[in-house]
Amino acid sequence: MKSLAELAAIKERMKDKVAIREGSGSIRVVVGMATCGIAAGARPVLSSFVDEVNRAGLTEKVTVTQTGCIGICQYEPVVEIFEEGKEKVTYVKMTAEKAARVVAEHIKGGRVVDEFTIGNK
Amino acid sequence: MKELSLNILDITQNSISAGATHITIALTEEENGRLTLVIADNGCGMTEEVLRRVSDPFYTTRTTRKVGMGISLLTLAAEQTGGEVTITSVHESVDPVGHGTTLTATFDTRSIDFPPLGDMVETLSVIIQGHPEIDYSFRHTTPALAVGLETTDLREVLGEDVSLGEYEVMQWIESYLREQYSGGDGSEDETV
Repeated sequence: MKSLAELAAIKERMKDKVAIREGSGSIRVVVGMATCGIAAGARPVLSSFVDEVNRAGLTEKVTVTQTGCIGICQYEPVVEIFEEGKEKVTYVKMTAEKAARVVAEHIKGGRVVDEFTIGNK
Repeated sequence: MKELSLNILDITQNSISAGATHITIALTEEENGRLTLVIADNGCGMTEEVLRRVSDPFYTTRTTRKVGMGISLLTLAAEQTGGEVTITSVHESVDPVGHGTTLTATFDTRSIDFPPLGDMVETLSVIIQGHPEIDYSFRHTTPALAVGLETTDLREVLGEDVSLGEYEVMQWIESYLREQYSGGDGSEDETV
């Protein structure tokens, strides 16, 4: 059974981390979560980004956030990646699997996955 | 929307845009197959004018994007099964303290047009990930099981410094809920 005691243990582990993390994320992953995005499958895309970023050990560098309708509903699920000093990258028609590749190749590896970007649709 | 849990994720965004600090999501399934969904918030509420037009798919409060297709899609899903959607709301200008919106949707789960509920745990997880500062009460009761989550209880343990959106906390919440859905032992859904 999951217990509140386990939660208290998580709190203890978090103590040191939290102070460092505030405002240190230099990459922002923004997932469109309006009606259009959700209907097109944004929920598993968001979950996949959260999981993969954590798995890659990048939670201190990368923040995954949600936004409303970006205005290109026909391309949903849409994900925008903002990185300091670089141009915004817009990924379209995303899936959980594509999200995993974006984390590995773009966020971790620094190479934009061109085939998923809006310019290629 | 393929799953009712996606409608729930979508409708909850309205409560968030309304500036709610507490959101209740309750699903109640009865022996006779009737499912009642209640989403209640303490957000700014709607004026009577907005409330009247809220089910109109061509109406949206453009500046805030508070409503749009979302309510229409949920209404469609409910009515297809013979159920309905009702919304009551008290605008903050009317009651500065007790304002908020309550949406109630009913479904006949035995109808061939009843959409699958889908993954409620992922829906809740995504809602909390997006806005970990809000408090949520979640209840899902059926004749066979009772699932619940009160984020205020978790916050009491976590204190102010640890957000509900922390990955480990989110994982805990997901396991906690999946355990309840699988009837208590959680063996098949233990992923942590």
